[in-house]
Amino acid sequence: MIKHKGECARAPRATQQLKNTISEKQYVGFATLPNQVHRKSVKKGFDFTLMVAGESGMGKSTLVNSLFLTDLYKDRKLLNAEERINQTVEIIKHTVDIEEKGVKLKLTIVDTPGFGDAVNNNECWKPITDYIDQQFEQYFRDESGLNRKNIQDNRVHCCLYFIPPFGHGLRPVDVEFMKALHEKVNIIPLIAKADCLTPNEIKKLKDRIREEIDKFGIKVYQFPECDSDEDEEFKQLDKELKECTPFAVIGSNTVVEARGQRVRGRLYPWGIVEVENQSHCDFVKLRNMLIRSHMHDLKDVTCDVHYENYRAQCIQEMTSKLAQDNRMESPIPILPLSTPDVDTEKLIKMKDEELKRMQEMLNKMQQQMHDKEQ
Amino acid sequence: FTSNEEKRNLSLGGHVGFDSLPEQLVSKSVTQGFCFNILCVGETGIGKSTLMNTLFNTMFENEEASHYQNGVYLRPRTYDLQESNVRLKLTIVDTVGFGDQINKEDSYKPIVDYIDTQFENYLQEELKIKRSLFNYHDTRIHICLYFIAPTGHSLKSLDLVTMKKLDSKVNIIPIIAKADTISKSELHKFKIKIMSELVSNGVQIYQFPTDDETVSEINASMNAHLPFAVVGSVEEVKVGNKAVRARQYPWGVVQVENESHCDFVKLREMLIRVNMEDLREQTHARHYELYRRCKLEEMGFKDTDPDSEPFSLQETYEAKRKEFLGDLQRKEEEMRQMFVNKVKETEAELKDKERELHEKFEQLKRMHQEEKKKVEDKRGYLEEEMNAFNKRKAAAETLSLSQPVKKDKDKKK
Repeated sequence: MIKHKGECARAPRATQQLKNTISEKQYVGFATLPNQVHRKSVKKGFDFTLMVAGESGMGKSTLVNSLFLTDLYKDRKLLNAEERINQTVEIIKHTVDIEEKGVKLKLTIVDTPGFGDAVNNNECWKPITDYIDQQFEQYFRDESGLNRKNIQDNRVHCCLYFIPPFGHGLRPVDVEFMKALHEKVNIIPLIAKADCLTPNEIKKLKDRIREEIDKFGIKVYQFPECDSDEDEEFKQLDKELKECTPFAVIGSNTVVEARGQRVRGRLYPWGIVEVENQSHCDFVKLRNMLIRSHMHDLKDVTCDVHYENYRAQCIQEMTSKLAQDNRMESPIPILPLSTPDVDTEKLIKMKDEELKRMQEMLNKMQQQMHDKEQ
Repeated sequence: FTSNEEKRNLSLGGHVGFDSLPEQLVSKSVTQGFCFNILCVGETGIGKSTLMNTLFNTMFENEEASHYQNGVYLRPRTYDLQESNVRLKLTIVDTVGFGDQINKEDSYKPIVDYIDTQFENYLQEELKIKRSLFNYHDTRIHICLYFIAPTGHSLKSLDLVTMKKLDSKVNIIPIIAKADTISKSELHKFKIKIMSELVSNGVQIYQFPTDDETVSEINASMNAHLPFAVVGSVEEVKVGNKAVRARQYPWGVVQVENESHCDFVKLREMLIRVNMEDLREQTHARHYELYRRCKLEEMGFKDTDPDSEPFSLQETYEAKRKEFLGDLQRKEEEMRQMFVNKVKETEAELKDKERELHEKFEQLKRMHQEEKKKVEDKRGYLEEEMNAFNKRKAAAETLSLSQPVKKDKDKKK
């Protein structure tokens, strides 16, 4: 019984203005609530955990550096091809504290080096799903503990998945990875290194990927619907954003001179690709969506949907297991059992069937004798 | 009998005319036509078909491959091309499904098998009693173009494993595909990294020959540019007042034949215009000979026997044949035995089953008899009771007949 987006209550973007005829003198003052929320949140600070996954050489680190305008990967060591033949997937966390206009953000990037790099990649996503589950479990324990003052939220809020632009669409490893994770984390698929595709090719590839995502039943992160009272411009932008997925991105660690300005870009003999030029790639759309407008929604969906699903599943498993073991391991108070024991049920069923069979045999023999008499 | 074995150089008194020998050779080979076989190895969508179209300036028919093949398949296609008066029988072999599977441990096998099969076919033709080698369509792979994905870091693990399996069987030229996604500085680092990984893992790639002075200089300089970073395109874009093959991006136009944009021209020079014949020679003289030697050694042929006397192919062949026939007979006997045993077993089983069924039937019959007897007894008993009851009834009736009135009166109450 997995919850889906839309089934649980999410905070409305703009509150409906109640039409009333309260005059100025009867001003109560709760209209300042948004400001109070703003003040408190600035004081508390924010945190966000972003996971990046994809084969080596897709430009993941470069994109992260471009998104957050820092250099997270200063002393990274890359493996040789022979070392990668039997490589297993590691999970590496980088945490940085960044601040902008008084707003503090604790940003955690979860890297997955080794994904898809070995010759045999069977179940190479298992370390990743295990990691996500571990974070859920940790939060679950903390949430159910006695002292809940300083809970650290290490749950993964978003996973950027990098699809290689060299193929004709999704490959089996892409499909398997996304299917293993789509009910645990918000997946945002991206077309990596998009500067190897002409605009026509990008459009074809996006259409093909969207088709295949539908075909294989992969549930990627859906942007929430616009409220009906937003202005037309916003709605138009929102529509464009949705039709643009999966985003085709380009990243860069270097600054180049283009059209008289210094911008992040890539210098080629035939021209300069500008990372922040919307006609070159969808980097700006991704950044706006990820950081400027939907960061909080990603966190909400993680908390309200993915985590709740995990929690419900966990509790169900625990109660059925504990009934058999009869041991108290967790600090959580156990609800009275309503589900019968699975094993005894099975036994009962078996005995029932045996009885039925014997009854049938008896009947048959009696019938035979009856026939023979006649 | 004396003979002076030393070679002497004589000078000619006039023009004899054997300096036309190369021309005679050339004219003969032009009449025969040439044959060239290219194997393209690379992941789906990396640009193999587009590059072939661009190299040979023609549109070979091709459907887009799917990513969901179960394994790797080799797809050979043969085309007849002609340029001036030279005819070329070109075979392009594609690896379909390469790099798509989640477990790629066996991906190299179909490729190695295909190459070996072509060698085997040639060997068989060579060993025939009545052979026609001049007429034979040589399908041995002359060159393997290995397409490396432009990640900018290094080779993929699959690339390394595959090239190591192929380097002793075929001439390999590694190329960097879709090179318009790598900037100049990244490309330089990438090429160095790839070559160093190949060297440190002992992968032998094809070296353009430097023994012939007419081409040694250009070949030597080309060797330093490996792996070639190529871009392919069949579409034309107007640049200046010419239409050139290129890729049009919002930020510029990548021209395929512009040497400062990519190494396509270098690849074409090396592959087609300068070294095609050398590639064919190397395939025959080195890779094929190696295969042939291994195969014949496997079969038990040697060049000299333990006494250092040259072996007769004939004798060895006869011995091998006898051995083989003996093996065959033995296998036949084994199989016959197995079959007879199996038949016996099944017979025994069936007999057992028959016996079981018979027993069961007897048992059931017995039970049935018992039940019948019981039922009969009961019936007898019931009949007795019935008789007894009837007797009593009759007795009661006669009694009531002798006192009718009283009874009726009682009844009416």
